[in-house]
Amino acid sequence: MIRKKEWISMLLAGGQGSRLYALTRKLAKPAVPFGGKYRIIDFPLSNCINSGIDTVGVLTQYQPLVLNEYLGNGQPWDLDRNNGGVFALPPYQKSSGSDWYSGTANAIYQNINFIERYDPEYVLILSGDHIYKMDYSKMLTFHKEKNADCTIAVLEVPMEEASRFGIMNADESQRVFEFEEKPKEPKSNLASMGIYIFTWSKLKKYLEQDEADPNSSNDFGKNIIPSMLADDQRMFAYAFEGYWKDVGTIDSLWEANMDLLNPIDPLKLYDPSWKIYSRNADMPPHYISKTAHVQNSMICEGSHVEGDVDFSVLFPGAVVEPGAVVRDSILMPGAVVKKNAIVEYAIIAENVVIEEGAKVGDRPENWEDKSKWGVAVVGENVHISPKAVVPPQAMIEQDV
Amino acid sequence: MRENTVLGIIFSNMHDETLGELTNVRTMGSVPFGGRYRFIDFPLSNMVNSGISNVGVVTKSNYQSLIDHIGSGREWDLARKVGGLNILPPFSNNHSGIYRGRLEALSGITDYISNNRAKYVLMADCDVISNMDYRDMIKRHISTGADITVLYQKENLAKEDLLSDTTAFGFDANGRINDVMIGPSMPGQYNVYRNVTVISRDLLSRIIADGAQHNQISFKREILQKSHDRYNIQGYESTGVSLTIHSIKSYFDANMKLLDPAVRNSIFNTQSPIYTKIKDEVPAKYGTSAKVSNSLVADGCIIDGEVENSVIFRGVQIAKGVTVKNSIVMQGATLSDGASLNYVIVDKDVLVREHRTLMGFETYPIYIAKGSVV
Repeated sequence: MIRKKEWISMLLAGGQGSRLYALTRKLAKPAVPFGGKYRIIDFPLSNCINSGIDTVGVLTQYQPLVLNEYLGNGQPWDLDRNNGGVFALPPYQKSSGSDWYSGTANAIYQNINFIERYDPEYVLILSGDHIYKMDYSKMLTFHKEKNADCTIAVLEVPMEEASRFGIMNADESQRVFEFEEKPKEPKSNLASMGIYIFTWSKLKKYLEQDEADPNSSNDFGKNIIPSMLADDQRMFAYAFEGYWKDVGTIDSLWEANMDLLNPIDPLKLYDPSWKIYSRNADMPPHYISKTAHVQNSMICEGSHVEGDVDFSVLFPGAVVEPGAVVRDSILMPGAVVKKNAIVEYAIIAENVVIEEGAKVGDRPENWEDKSKWGVAVVGENVHISPKAVVPPQAMIEQDV
Repeated sequence: MRENTVLGIIFSNMHDETLGELTNVRTMGSVPFGGRYRFIDFPLSNMVNSGISNVGVVTKSNYQSLIDHIGSGREWDLARKVGGLNILPPFSNNHSGIYRGRLEALSGITDYISNNRAKYVLMADCDVISNMDYRDMIKRHISTGADITVLYQKENLAKEDLLSDTTAFGFDANGRINDVMIGPSMPGQYNVYRNVTVISRDLLSRIIADGAQHNQISFKREILQKSHDRYNIQGYESTGVSLTIHSIKSYFDANMKLLDPAVRNSIFNTQSPIYTKIKDEVPAKYGTSAKVSNSLVADGCIIDGEVENSVIFRGVQIAKGVTVKNSIVMQGATLSDGASLNYVIVDKDVLVREHRTLMGFETYPIYIAKGSVV
């Protein structure tokens, strides 16, 4: 007999993450490595357990193998529970047929049975592409205080950037009266963070209603939120203060990694009172040789540095050979940069080998035409031949 | 049916006395080593990587740190329904108590051994750092039909390496032990015992019962040395890299040897990892004035000073203006601006304040006790 839970979380992890190109060819976006030892999904999962949520359904669809293996029984996040825990929820066949998840709301709709097993009062909806530390329990308290049907976490963004986000227009009591997706002329700067708490009975009703509408695209932002607003449901904006970053694009993923190197540490990653958990690589401490120069960087256990590393993030098992230079770059697990190779402003995915003397990426100051410059990306397991040159902005998926 | 054919037994307190202050607050097994490990991680991981999934850890005293470290054994994949990890604290009945030697220690766990269903027992101590596959040794034990098989390595012992409890073997033409020296006095090449032993569980039970009746304490003296005529004791030579710890100096040297890539690669490899307790530390962060050379650095460190020829454990903070050379800095230590360390072993959670200078010598590294403020 499953015991009732006050709240559970549903984590949307099925998106393709197509704007990460080569990095998500064989990998769901939430499984993309981040910050030297983590994967993106470690952030929402750790936030859940730190906020007191012990039951998380992870909705998977696109390339789930790595993600499923990574989640395992949930033990790294203390989510291996007798009652609850973490569950990968792929689409499945039902007596009336089977469907892929057609949208964020449809993914939740197809798992109504999973949610009902815990008979929760509230459901927290999260997505697997943001880097942030957040105490969801404070948001739940707010939701209860406001007697809300839906609470949407919002972040104040600079007004000039507001047109890139879903913007919530709220009154003085934080009640939302209007939602605009990427408005040309934003009326406020409260951007939705894609984090929702719903009173479950309300959400269930709207999910069923939405499913019955053949014209709906079954999406929270496009359908569920607008129709709840249209019905004048009690919807509130919960203001979050702190570091939050969408890492859905190459540039933002690169930037978010570089933010960690800031001595001020805006994410407060080093704050032990709110740890981010991850699956461990069982590797010895990293080694910095006599010939190495390492500064302004984050380096994980299991890496091996004999060359120059500056303003970079190195994951377990990354190797930088003598004479090699890695600057303003990210080396994901097992990436090898051989002798005298140069890597600048680049994201190097897992198990890439960059042979001797090759050059990947370049510094922006060397490019007069900035439209031709950008972070270079080398996809998983790719082999870059000796002396090969990979220009900025390149997206390498095959051996060069 | 799932069965454990070999039971592993690890003695976590043997040799405690050799490390002096390092074992004041902990067992030999829980002495920190190599930036993120404890001694017991090595025999424990070796057993697990050799397919031994039932391990008993014999403790004696000061074992809180050990229990905190190994917990349920999950990090070693030893949280099992069948077998798994068992911590065996001292069990006192009318004749035993705090044990004085290995035979007495075994006598305290005699029920644990006799209730087990494994055919063989592999025993190891925590004084040898190596990455070793015990499967071949067990196979040899079975194929030679030996009563007891002991693991040894050929080693040239100089005068200072000759310790009172160094044990060396002589063999006859069939590889059977015909001589056991404890504390040899002349420098030279010896077949040195690495305190790893394979024996059938039945024979071990009989030896324990017999030993208890005759008030025998030491397995080495009473069984290996005095009874090699009675038992067929075979040697098994290991040629892999191993670092033995028998003094503060050898502890210091063993840590430093990890800076040698050949040693490091033979002890740590991805096919047979050494497991340890996970601390969920953030990767190490290097600041603008960091200058690091020939050093091992674990996760959770924040480094803004100079570090050379050193082993830095998890969560150590090294401020700008600090110089650390030829030193071992254990978990959670903080070195403040202007501090200078050379040939120092800094135990856990030590605070070294601004502009303090601590200097040992290569042959005599100084030790700063756990939790001290300098």
